[in-house]
Amino acid sequence: MRSRKLSPAAHWTSPSDSAKRTPTDGPLEGGWLTILLMWSKVGAGSVICASYGETDLSTQAEHSTTNRRDFLFVATGAVGAVGAAAVVWPLINQLNPDASTLALASIQYDVSPIAEGQSVTIMWRGLPVFVRHRTPKEIEEAKAVPLSELKDPETDEQRTKPGHEEWLIMIANCTHLGCIPVGQSGDFDGWFCPCHGSHYDSAGRIRRGPAPKNLVVPPYEFLSDTLVQIG
Amino acid sequence: MSEHSTYVPGNAVEKWLDDRLPVVRFAKEHLMDFPTPKNLNYWWTFGAILVMCLGVQIVTGIILAMHYTPNVALAFDSVEHIRRNVSGGRVIQATHAVGASMFFVALYIHMFRGLFYGSYKAPREILWILGVVIFLLTTATAFMGYILPWGQMSFWGATVISNIFSAIPLVGDSIKQLVLGGFAVGNPTLNRFFSLHYLLPFIIAAVVALHIWALHVPGNNNPVGVEVKDSRDTVPFHPYYTMKDLFAMVVFMIPFAWFVFFAPDILGHPDNYIMANPQVTPAHIVPEWYLLPFYTILRAIDFNILFIDSKLGGVIAMGGAMLCLLIVPWLDTSKVRAGTFRPMFKWFYALFVINFIALMYLGAQEAAEPYTTLAKVCTAYYFLYFLVILPVLSRIETPKPLPTSISESVLGKAHA
Repeated sequence: MRSRKLSPAAHWTSPSDSAKRTPTDGPLEGGWLTILLMWSKVGAGSVICASYGETDLSTQAEHSTTNRRDFLFVATGAVGAVGAAAVVWPLINQLNPDASTLALASIQYDVSPIAEGQSVTIMWRGLPVFVRHRTPKEIEEAKAVPLSELKDPETDEQRTKPGHEEWLIMIANCTHLGCIPVGQSGDFDGWFCPCHGSHYDSAGRIRRGPAPKNLVVPPYEFLSDTLVQIG
Repeated sequence: MSEHSTYVPGNAVEKWLDDRLPVVRFAKEHLMDFPTPKNLNYWWTFGAILVMCLGVQIVTGIILAMHYTPNVALAFDSVEHIRRNVSGGRVIQATHAVGASMFFVALYIHMFRGLFYGSYKAPREILWILGVVIFLLTTATAFMGYILPWGQMSFWGATVISNIFSAIPLVGDSIKQLVLGGFAVGNPTLNRFFSLHYLLPFIIAAVVALHIWALHVPGNNNPVGVEVKDSRDTVPFHPYYTMKDLFAMVVFMIPFAWFVFFAPDILGHPDNYIMANPQVTPAHIVPEWYLLPFYTILRAIDFNILFIDSKLGGVIAMGGAMLCLLIVPWLDTSKVRAGTFRPMFKWFYALFVINFIALMYLGAQEAAEPYTTLAKVCTAYYFLYFLVILPVLSRIETPKPLPTSISESVLGKAHA
């Protein structure tokens, strides 16, 4: 860089300069720099024409504010940007859950071994899921709560399947920051999250503490009286 | 960059090289002859210490990657394998883990030095912003590194932090799945975090190069905050500051070595010596100590603000806390740089430092009274300091008279 001081002026040839140049002069010496400078000038809104070699810039029209070359620059840039986006897209998209993860999207589980009052934690899509066999007392308690007392109002019926009210199936992550609440505890016969002190009732609804929502009920259906499909 | 070189190629080979790639000239200009204010104190040695820390992390990290396996079934055991079987692995792994903490010790001291001596003020705004970028990149790198041992804290820390993304309205869950590569933290997450944890230090190194470039344009700030006026205010970087930095590095290595050899696990968390289990949450999830102040700010917003729910509010507050650092050059408009000459500023600054330490302490406590209220008070002061106190002080404070030059401040002190 010390030997040749390159200033924009050295590359920004005016028509009068270019007339004096030999045909080989312009394109060889920093042609790409000229294009870059041209690009920046287009962006700035004031266009001056760079000329390579001979007096090819004959008409005055090409020195007006926009010309055919500006259009070509913008068109090339637009196609280039679309091309770049098309290349980047798969590079980002590969981060999404892959086919093997999605393949686990639905599981079947036999609930018959779970005794009344018992709760198990199973895995679905990498998430822990509570399956709880509720006692009649717990169901009664859940149904007795008036909706006005709830932070995230939902009836017990909305959180279970008709004819299978004894089964409560929910994603086991606290809706606050994702910890797993402890079952059969808390002030409402449901769950208690030890991380930040959220209490859930026997229908998994948030009753007290920082969690904003009820425990999430995943999509599921009973294929038979004892076989449940989650997802 | 400015030319300060007195370099004259010594022989024909050096001359030949200098005409083609003047690296020797560059090194002499920027690593040896660079004119540096002669009054820099030991707070100014942390830049060099940080370069050393980055070097230590990269060297030990590359070695650890030779023995580590990024797979949920094998990761935890492979770290134990490094500690128990690999020759010298016990020390190398401890150096990397302790090194992360020491990195943040130096990083925080370096930033607090800048905040006290007004090193972010014109013409050093870009220098400061690049520093904040380095801080954010380092935070991300450290966070991802903490996931790799695949212990309980690794897993649940990642779960809690990735839930931050789900607070974003509408697209939150999609972004969370994109980041994790699944519906929960799992093998794809571990793999990509390992890849990025390997990549980011080199990006940090590149930003460090820009940071030093931006430093060498205006030159160093200094403890009196008066710009260099002539050559009597400066000394060459080498040997004056190379030796001072080297000495500081050696002193810094003493506590570093103590941790590595005598207490390699003391800065970690016992729960991380239990392998990750997606079905059991540790009773008390805490991030690493260096993330605690920002974690406290995240948790402090446990109430809804208008239409913003508490979860999103916390995320906005945490992001805002970092954003404050980026814009501080335009919040503090006082012409006087050094806090020494600002009679009111220095008390608010001292309180800010204490407040920051309090935020760190509170982040490690349970979310219960009185900690939750204290967290709100401390979070409020953090923002007040940047958004109200600094702009107001700039207008109402009468600074003490400044020395006319660095040279005068140094000699005046010597005569006193």
